[in-house]
Amino acid sequence: MKHPQDILERLKRYDGPPLRIMEVCGTHTAALFRHGIHSLLSPKIQLISGPGCPVCVTPTQYIDRLVEIALTPHHQVWTFGDMMKVPGEEESLSQAMGRGARVHMMYSPFQVLEEAAENRDTIFVLAAVGFETTTPIYAQVLKEAEERRLENIRLLTSLKQITPAMEWILSHRNTIDGFLCPGHVSAVVGWEVYQPLAKAYQKPMVVAGFTGIHLLQAIDRLLEYQGEGVVFNDYPGVVSDKGNPVAKSLMEEVFRPDEAVWRGLGAIPQSGWYLGGTYGKYDMGSFAIRKDKKLPAGCLCREVIIGDNTPIECAAFGKNCTPESPYGPCMVSEEGACGIWYGRMRK
Amino acid sequence: MVWKDEKMKITMAHGSGGTASHQLMEEIFAPYFHNPILDLREDAAILSMEKGNYAMSTDTFVVTPLFYSGGDIGKLSVCGTVNDLCCMGARPQYMTCGFILEEGLSFEVLERVVKSMAGTAKGAGIRLVAGDTKVIDGQGGLYINTTGIGRIPEGRQVRGANLAPGDAVLVTGVLGEHHATILSHRMNIENQIQSDNAPLNGLVEALFDAKLHPKAMRDITRGGLGTVLHELAQSSKAGVLIEEEKLPVSPAVQGFAEILGLDPLYMGNEGKLVVVVPWEERERALSLIRSQELGREAALVGQVIQGEGVELKTRLGGTRRVPPLVGEGLPRIC
Repeated sequence: MKHPQDILERLKRYDGPPLRIMEVCGTHTAALFRHGIHSLLSPKIQLISGPGCPVCVTPTQYIDRLVEIALTPHHQVWTFGDMMKVPGEEESLSQAMGRGARVHMMYSPFQVLEEAAENRDTIFVLAAVGFETTTPIYAQVLKEAEERRLENIRLLTSLKQITPAMEWILSHRNTIDGFLCPGHVSAVVGWEVYQPLAKAYQKPMVVAGFTGIHLLQAIDRLLEYQGEGVVFNDYPGVVSDKGNPVAKSLMEEVFRPDEAVWRGLGAIPQSGWYLGGTYGKYDMGSFAIRKDKKLPAGCLCREVIIGDNTPIECAAFGKNCTPESPYGPCMVSEEGACGIWYGRMRK
Repeated sequence: MVWKDEKMKITMAHGSGGTASHQLMEEIFAPYFHNPILDLREDAAILSMEKGNYAMSTDTFVVTPLFYSGGDIGKLSVCGTVNDLCCMGARPQYMTCGFILEEGLSFEVLERVVKSMAGTAKGAGIRLVAGDTKVIDGQGGLYINTTGIGRIPEGRQVRGANLAPGDAVLVTGVLGEHHATILSHRMNIENQIQSDNAPLNGLVEALFDAKLHPKAMRDITRGGLGTVLHELAQSSKAGVLIEEEKLPVSPAVQGFAEILGLDPLYMGNEGKLVVVVPWEERERALSLIRSQELGREAALVGQVIQGEGVELKTRLGGTRRVPPLVGEGLPRIC
């Protein structure tokens, strides 16, 4: 293993062809900033935040539907905090709360089980948004709901798979030189899923952890293997070749894959997870959500998500688009590229 | 006092000003709150005060749950106001309190809160000289407003706008304890984390007694150290550079924060201060704070620099900006 000091030195002095490296995991984006990695790299190495923030790729109609549900008598929407401020067509969940929408901010979806058991006359609708890290958790919640015969729990899903989006980016744009593959998602799906993509497009991919050293090592590897279709697992304590079989089978028992709409990218085949079979009865009509508002004029969120532009290249960035008053989806979430960049760039 | 009937609850009558209000006063408040000023039972407290500058502050406490490891809303309501005053270099002297009680609150809960307030105030040397109680409908909630005043001895000039490049930035202990405690309670997570809520006027007086010159002080509450440093930097039109390696965080809070995706830089305390002193006083200030019971884990975390905002030097040697907290963070933490 190379010494961290040598890696630091090499990445700082790199003077080869410009390299564009994409991370597709919001936690990586945050960790890269937290450790100040950008400030340690040669200007020739550019880090690009891809579609790794689940909130940012959720279409506007999804929010509108949540608002509608939260305003329906005997219904309550349960969501993680990062969905609260995402603007829909008209308003966000937190704005709708001002006119009586019933929205509960949850820390864990399992909390809903007790609440639903005690309040049988209320329908609890979970805003299930995320990648394969989150999907098995919702599967487990529903399995427990099924065992306890809780008929008043529903899911409005916007659950996605990351590999179809990576493929979309590679097939539509050939501007990315390598990928930092997600750590947590890969713990569930395994690192082998990236192999066909790496081979087909001749791009190196590294499954990376979240410490500063992990991230530097991963970037160093991408540098070393430029133009080669190889996958490395640099997070071996957590990620295996085939992933977590229990989580995968749980996910496949409760959900089935189908086309999903990504904000900014459009519909991508087989990129979403939807409730199916026995568990179809818990669905709140998730597949019907297809519509995505056109992004406001001047908003570059789409270009940011696919790596054509960095957040600061957007004219709205930091001016009429801020975390307090977000214009596009990437500014909304703490894991969104613009939100994270904003925090870092603000002087 | 032990309430014979444990089901005794607050009703609207207790806020009416009539006999039930009187009963509340006599049986719950009077036994704990008494001093020559309050005992006169006038419409307003009469205070005789020395000439000079005074600091005055008000704060309202809505924390939920009312009781948590290491404290309760009563203790918090005294500490919050005492700490705001001493951050201006003032010696807290008098305070008032206003209670808003929701119907259904049990007498037993109220008495525990009142007792805790009285004990904390006594420990901090501040006298409670006026109070009020209102009852509203609801579900047994309890809210407290406290207002305090204290004299600033001659020669003390503590202001948020005093930061100058070169000054040393100290914190008086580990970050995030109160925040992590409240969140643990709300999520029913059992751990050893305890709120740090404590009155810090003793610690502040010790700084002045040692002839040190704190230029600015702030208690690290909502928004955490990151947000507090931003406020100071902004007021002073300067920047602050802190070092990740030097930030004091207990392993328990660090682990808790990592699991929940929180950053201790943005987690609130209720018994910690940021203290900015001239660079040449940094070592003396640090060892003095560490000699105090409430400052044993104090650390020198950074320095005031030219520029603006807050920057952090990471363990790898990189730098990044520390933005102020956006949005609500964790509601009803204090």
